[in-house]
Amino acid sequence: MSAEAPARPPQRIALLTEPLREQIRALFPRYPSKRAVTLPALHLVHEHLRCVPLQAMSEIAELLEIAPAEVHDTMSFYGFFPQAPIGDVRVWVCRSLSCMLRGGDELLGHACRKLGIHPGETTPDGKLTVEFAECLGICDHAPAALADDGRVYGPLDEAGVEAMLDELKRGRKDGPTRA
Amino acid sequence: MATFEPVLTRNWNVPDARSLKVYESRGGYQAARKALTTMDPDAVVNLVKDSELRGRGGAGFPCGLKWTFLPKDRKETLMCVNGDESEPATFNNRYLLERDPHMFLEGILISCFATRASTSYVYLRFEYIEATRIIEEAIAEARAAGHLGKNIYGTGFNLDVWVHRGAGAYICGEETGLIESLEGKRGWPRIKPPFPAIEGAFRKPTVVNNIETLCCVPHIVERGAAWFKSIGTPKSYGPKLYTVSGHVEKQVCVELPLGVTCRELIDDHAGGVWKGRKAKAAVPGGISMGLLSADELDTPLDFESLRKPGCLGLGTAAVTVIDDHTPIIDYLVNTSRFFAHESCGQCTPCREGTGWMSKTIHRIKNGGGRIEDLDVMLHLAENLGIIPGTTICGLADGAAWPIKNALAKFRPELEEYIRTHQTPGAGPTPLQLDVAAGRRVDLFQVGNAIAAPPPAAALHSPGRPDA
Ligand SMILES: Cc1cc2nc3c(=O)[nH]c(=O)nc-3n(C[C@H](O)[C@H](O)[C@H](O)COP(=O)(O)O)c2cc1C
Ligand code: SF4
Ligand code: FES
Repeated sequence: MSAEAPARPPQRIALLTEPLREQIRALFPRYPSKRAVTLPALHLVHEHLRCVPLQAMSEIAELLEIAPAEVHDTMSFYGFFPQAPIGDVRVWVCRSLSCMLRGGDELLGHACRKLGIHPGETTPDGKLTVEFAECLGICDHAPAALADDGRVYGPLDEAGVEAMLDELKRGRKDGPTRA
Repeated sequence: MATFEPVLTRNWNVPDARSLKVYESRGGYQAARKALTTMDPDAVVNLVKDSELRGRGGAGFPCGLKWTFLPKDRKETLMCVNGDESEPATFNNRYLLERDPHMFLEGILISCFATRASTSYVYLRFEYIEATRIIEEAIAEARAAGHLGKNIYGTGFNLDVWVHRGAGAYICGEETGLIESLEGKRGWPRIKPPFPAIEGAFRKPTVVNNIETLCCVPHIVERGAAWFKSIGTPKSYGPKLYTVSGHVEKQVCVELPLGVTCRELIDDHAGGVWKGRKAKAAVPGGISMGLLSADELDTPLDFESLRKPGCLGLGTAAVTVIDDHTPIIDYLVNTSRFFAHESCGQCTPCREGTGWMSKTIHRIKNGGGRIEDLDVMLHLAENLGIIPGTTICGLADGAAWPIKNALAKFRPELEEYIRTHQTPGAGPTPLQLDVAAGRRVDLFQVGNAIAAPPPAAALHSPGRPDA
């Protein structure tokens, strides 16, 4: 090819770094099919990027040798993987029966009012995402909340919610601690 | 009853019980050694069959019997452990994972040996973040010590255990939903048959068992089927972890013989109903199972007795107590919202039915109810689920039972609520009434007058004056 060949548009920069790809590939031997790595891969990508954008989805598909639509199909079913980044800490406030009976719905409302956001939204400073959840399996703490670094909060009241939000705003904890 | 010796919880208060060293020092992995080195796989299956251990995941299916459904000439078997535990008010599996991970792994090891499974996937709900960490650690420890991996105890038996994390969908607890999810697809339950034992994950014969079911297995191997059957009530043998939450003083997880009553749980183990109040009702085993009224609290919580008061079954033995200050409509609002949110949408009766149910109940709650709504709801509930045969999985039955039970047991209260809570504008619009009654509607006249529904009010809060 001659040196004057027209410059091609720059290649899209891959979202999945090589170490991340390696982490995903390392899971292949666990399953009889590569497609089974879909959820683990989505989790890994979500952990790194705090979301799974469309491009990451097709890169996962390429790795797993399936169609991007198949990854999307799975991903969209769970409502767990946002396509735009969420806050540093994601906190779920439970609204199922045992928590509701002890005021869970009101506490979710209280948390959102304090932060000036709606359930499912992220604070403008990007620190916190608050979501409602169905039973989190921590009903012994009802009304309860769970941060996505594993910290469990409850039984909560309004003051407890405020203290929780203050603590969570300080960022993630590596080793989860009990509230 | 003879004094009951707890086994599932026996290590919970021991310092550092999670570590392999402490677990082994308390006799851990001895049952696995016994099974693998002195017993034939089929002998283990028969032992579990003799113990009449019934699945703790909700359906109560005899565990040993399920294992015998695996094809005799199979080449490969998979074991899927159901750790999705999403039934509201249920958290016993979490306690087992967090407090005694090696007991659970020993259960997997023996059960995989019995069913000749060489790979086990532990499907854990994502929200069990700490439990996932603990289990991963325990697996690494057990593997390093030779309890997992290749040629375990020199018997030539190999076993890999992998944790597979869910992503927040209740329906992935249904065994075939779980399998689909494991395969990397959306968690849509499959039409059965074929049952997983014949064609499960990756189209291979697959055993699906609940965590607590598997945790019973080492104790059965250690102490025998007769010991197991000496605990509990007829057809419901063995120890069971009960969880109690909601309006009680202490929300707890306790191990008791199958067949304790709801009242014993509340009064003797959960410190009684909170704030010195009385119980109005209790959910016997996760919200899918229906509702016990206050005078049914002496029903034994086992696999058989709960049919008498019209409940669906024991479910997950997760009791939620509802006090006498709580309107039953709040319970219905919550359960219907849950099922409408969690229906996977495959079957029309379930997808549409749970949605209608939730809308109707919210309308009643907001002051727009009509007495005849109750009959419509009952009709809907009776035509929804695998018991009438209209859906693929049991989620729809779970959605129907709270309605059926609440209407059977609290109808006067619901009628009274409808009569005394009429908010102008919250009810069906004139257009909806005309359509429902089959009257001709003049769309021009109706115009844009269709009122927007009022915002959903906050639910019950403790101490609210009208609650
Ligand atoms: C909608 C639905 C949700 C379920 N969720 C769970 C669950 O979270 N955990 C579980 O162990 N079983 C769950 N089950 C029951 C499983 O389908 C299956 O019966 C069970 O895992 C079998 O294990 P076992 O025999 O050891 O109980 C669910 C069933 C249905 C219909
Ligand atoms: S009954 Fe409901 S949850 Fe179950 S498969 Fe059908 S639509 Fe999905
Ligand atoms: S009901 Fe809220 S954690 Fe279970």
